[in-house]
Amino acid sequence: MRAERGPEPFEAVVRRHGPAVLRVCRAVVGLDAADDAWSETFLAALRAYPRLPPGSDVRAWLVTIAHRKALDDHRARRRRPVPVGALPEEGDRAGAVPGPGSWREDLWEAVAALPDKQRRCVAYHHLAGLPHAEVAALVGGTPAAARRAASDGVRALRRTWTADPDDAPGGAGAAGGTHEQRSTTQGVLRGR
Amino acid sequence: MGGDVELDVALDGALDGALDGALDGALDGALDDGEHRGGSAVERLLRDLVRRAEAEQLLDVAYRVVDGPLGPLLLAATPRGLVRVAFAVEGHEAVLQDLADRVSPRVLHAPGRLDEAARQLDAYLAGRRRAVDVPLDLALARGGFRREVLAALRRIPYGGTATYAQVAAASGSPAAVRAVGTACARNPLPLVVPCHRVVRSDGRAGQYLGGADVKLRLLLLEGARHDRDEGGAPRGARAGGDR
Repeated sequence: MRAERGPEPFEAVVRRHGPAVLRVCRAVVGLDAADDAWSETFLAALRAYPRLPPGSDVRAWLVTIAHRKALDDHRARRRRPVPVGALPEEGDRAGAVPGPGSWREDLWEAVAALPDKQRRCVAYHHLAGLPHAEVAALVGGTPAAARRAASDGVRALRRTWTADPDDAPGGAGAAGGTHEQRSTTQGVLRGR
Repeated sequence: MGGDVELDVALDGALDGALDGALDGALDGALDDGEHRGGSAVERLLRDLVRRAEAEQLLDVAYRVVDGPLGPLLLAATPRGLVRVAFAVEGHEAVLQDLADRVSPRVLHAPGRLDEAARQLDAYLAGRRRAVDVPLDLALARGGFRREVLAALRRIPYGGTATYAQVAAASGSPAAVRAVGTACARNPLPLVVPCHRVVRSDGRAGQYLGGADVKLRLLLLEGARHDRDEGGAPRGARAGGDR
């Protein structure tokens, strides 16, 4: 019924997809930059919304906007000399996410530590629910490669993060791996 | 890490399942951890989005729902003015969809723009005001005749009534009595444009888009002299009390 009518009120779009887009933003640009990325995404979406063709996959459209915003932001940061500490560090995150359950921050850190393509593929497929083919359209390459990147990312997450700390196979080793991997990722982000 | 593609695909599927539960749940939890009491992160971001949308003139339709003696009322406004007042019986979700279809899909819950209308409407329903006097946007009343009818309705004073025939005559189409009924039934701004003051020529209150009982309550509130059951002669408009 709705598909035959015009697009639904934007308020409903934000309520339905806002949480998933925020998860994607947090995974792709990090906790500190996620709120701004979310706002820029939905402001751009609001601007373009009346021209969205009927029957469009709104979730995929929003993730596409978020993806492009993240790329723009990434390029802008590469053009500027990045002061040390501009990328979110552990202390900053602890400030951005107050309250109990700090072990969950480990997960965001583990996601942040993933190589760029793996991180995006995990975010777009697992957090936003996009099929691998749509993920591939965003990140480039074939759907099979997107699937591989997502599953490699998930495997890396399983190595560096576990939901129950008691079950962690060697917590210190896992944490060490996370830090090592994050510094590598930061090196990649800064270096290229 | 699997050179074997089939194994890899199978593993991926298994991980998908495990991850959808554990990882997604944990990420949801991570989201919630950051929230302040009384509002999620998305709620907070949404409020900020509304402010920015207004500043950048992207807030085509602002709405809010106010509670009152007639139940929840939806109020909606464009930058030009109040565009819609809707009773709960109309179905607020359907009303918002109609606004998206006929005005703009850039519809956001933004109470601020409706503060003044809400305040005046509250005072009107409490008997402390005789009219809601805010800028109106008649975008939902298309067509010259419907605009004429709404203009005629606004000339019926507080506490007065008019028959459908009288409104038809006042709208310049004396024969269009039935069309006046339709225009009243589709009035996008009930209460503010007082279609409740239009009564049947036999003196009964007649139908109302908010319900016939609501119409009677409004006429009672305004102290209008109309004959509910007597079937007397139409009274027509009479002057309201002192202003």
